Amino acid sequence: MDTQWPLWEVFIRSKQGLDHKHVGSLHAADAQMAMENARDVYTRRREGVSIWVVESKHIHASNPDEQEAFFDPADDKAYRHPTFYEVPDSLTHI
Amino acid sequence: MVTHPDLQNQFDLQVAEDQRIEPKDWMPEPYRRTLVRQISQHAHSEIVGMLPEGNWITRAPSLRRKAVLLAKVQDEAGHGLYLYSAAETLGTSREQMIDDLHSGKAKYSSIFNYPTLSWADMGAIGWLVDGAAIMNQVPLCRTSYGPYARAMVRICKEESFHQRQGYEIMMTLAKGSEAQRAMAQDALNRWWWPVLMMFGPKDDESPNTALSMQWKIKRFTNDELRQKFVDATVPQAEYLGLSIPDPDLKWNETRGHYDFGSINWDEFWEVVKGNGPCNRQRLEARRKAHEEGAWVREAAAAYAKKRMTNSSNDE
Repeated sequence: MDTQWPLWEVFIRSKQGLDHKHVGSLHAADAQMAMENARDVYTRRREGVSIWVVESKHIHASNPDEQEAFFDPADDKAYRHPTFYEVPDSLTHI
Repeated sequence: MVTHPDLQNQFDLQVAEDQRIEPKDWMPEPYRRTLVRQISQHAHSEIVGMLPEGNWITRAPSLRRKAVLLAKVQDEAGHGLYLYSAAETLGTSREQMIDDLHSGKAKYSSIFNYPTLSWADMGAIGWLVDGAAIMNQVPLCRTSYGPYARAMVRICKEESFHQRQGYEIMMTLAKGSEAQRAMAQDALNRWWWPVLMMFGPKDDESPNTALSMQWKIKRFTNDELRQKFVDATVPQAEYLGLSIPDPDLKWNETRGHYDFGSINWDEFWEVVKGNGPCNRQRLEARRKAHEEGAWVREAAAAYAKKRMTNSSNDE
């Protein structure tokens, strides 16, 4: 019987202090297998100090077709950036 | 408490080598407790800090100023959320932290217990309160606890506009009419001393400093940060043509720093104990918002539950 194991997304922390970053995915029967396979697939050269695996079905992604409309509310808010404000060059620490 | 010499050694070594401590690493209980206290206090300060400025959103003098103030207050809500999440990685819950704030058990920065009496206060808060916060927060980007450090990186990046918009308001007022200049000076007069208190008690009276420095949660002492702030801010006040309300303030050639007058610590402790001008009002506003928002949280949970039932019926 050929049953496809569920898909897992793999996140690796390359070094203490940094975020876990998405590196890819793999199929595995359960979390433990996903963890061990992630180690073997993605950290063969010591690329990580910590791994997270999350079953892909638990990840909800934004819709690429709606990308423009979804993100454009930030476009007309230049005042959220420090460069929007004129501060004299002679001043420091500001 | 059972001691774990090996684990303790491992932790000490990690800290000594400037390795970040991550949520699943072993850590001494007092380190965890200190972080929960500090991060949740910091989160509460962001949330309560929305109130003094929120007071002026509807009365901002132009649409531009209104949009900017709104964006700043929005950022503060976001910063509160980053910090609550960082604290949650230590095993405390959002609910517990909010309860502790509302019961008065948890503290927040005493600066937010002062009233915002005029529009110039929006300038003074951005320039001075956010300036002081940045002084404090930049070194926290290298604090030893990973999730806290990463939250601080985001916060500092977003915070940089807060100080500049405040200074811009002060520049506009300082260049304005006699009445506007007087407003700016009055705001500086009222905020200066409370802002210096933001850095906390003097080093020899700060019970938590020694351990926090040893654990590299803090990288500078309260007095060091306060001095850095004074040194950075005096020239900015001079540029505005405003005078800092401290007759003892003067440049000390030998030290290479400004000397400044002594802080009224009785006032500081009174405000910390809950007797500042606005403590009661601030907590009441938070409790009211939480209680009156209960139906929204309940409705969202009920709707999510209904959708889940519907989708499982479809399968």
